[in-house]
Amino acid sequence: MSSFLSQEVPLSWYLLLSAALFSLGVVGFLIKRNLITVFMSIELMLNGVNLSFVTFAHQWHAVKGQIFVFFVMMVAAAEAAVGLAIIIAVFRARATLAVDRIDLMKL
Amino acid sequence: MHLILFIVFAGFCLAGAINLLLQSHPINSALSLIVVMTSLAVLYLMLGAEFLAVAQVIVYAGAIMVLFTFVVMLLNAGREDRTLGSRAARRVGFPAVVAILAVIATVILHAQGLGVARLSDGITTTEELSAVLFTKLLLPFEVTSVLILIAILGAVALASHGDGNGERTGGK
Repeated sequence: MSSFLSQEVPLSWYLLLSAALFSLGVVGFLIKRNLITVFMSIELMLNGVNLSFVTFAHQWHAVKGQIFVFFVMMVAAAEAAVGLAIIIAVFRARATLAVDRIDLMKL
Repeated sequence: MHLILFIVFAGFCLAGAINLLLQSHPINSALSLIVVMTSLAVLYLMLGAEFLAVAQVIVYAGAIMVLFTFVVMLLNAGREDRTLGSRAARRVGFPAVVAILAVIATVILHAQGLGVARLSDGITTTEELSAVLFTKLLLPFEVTSVLILIAILGAVALASHGDGNGERTGGK
């Protein structure tokens, strides 16, 4: 049992996973052509960054890193609410979700 | 044990993220994103962040993704069509992203003094977290409640009909 619990995983692996998730989010942001999926890619980037915050909080035994993730989650929730409302407003004005056809600031 | 758990859930994370990119229907992307977020919750737990693991499931996988799937269904979003724009973005974007990832990975792999994670490291209890959150960081915490309130008002204002004589007055 104690050998199970003392098994080690280097923290750099967590950081690499976090970097990979962030990069996949950037790729999604660039290649996806649907407004909602582009928005989901942004959430993926936020999650990747959150993982590196938690990893460094573990590294330095600091609680504030985890609290920062908590704030990021709150901001992400607010952002999701406003962003999806904007998407609904855009869809109502343009009747499309394709980012190529939403190329004017004016609704 | 830790290694197996990390490999399994990191694999779920990456597979979900890649599936998010490959799927052309938004609802499939949303479901893969839920897989990513739930696996991340397990990884948070392995790093000792018990409160964040729970919050991740409730806030992200629960609230935010329900909002996403709700909007996908409300707008009846169909498959996305590949256009010229996506090809151009792919040609320029992929090398840039690979370069960014290579730089970050090099920095991480050469970083000195990065520790290791063990399951026996113990967890940061919610009590420790809240002791700091509600004393030293009370003001930012209260400010975020104002932020959430403004976001709610903004969302309602944006999503309601802008012309003022919509369905609310029944004059449609």
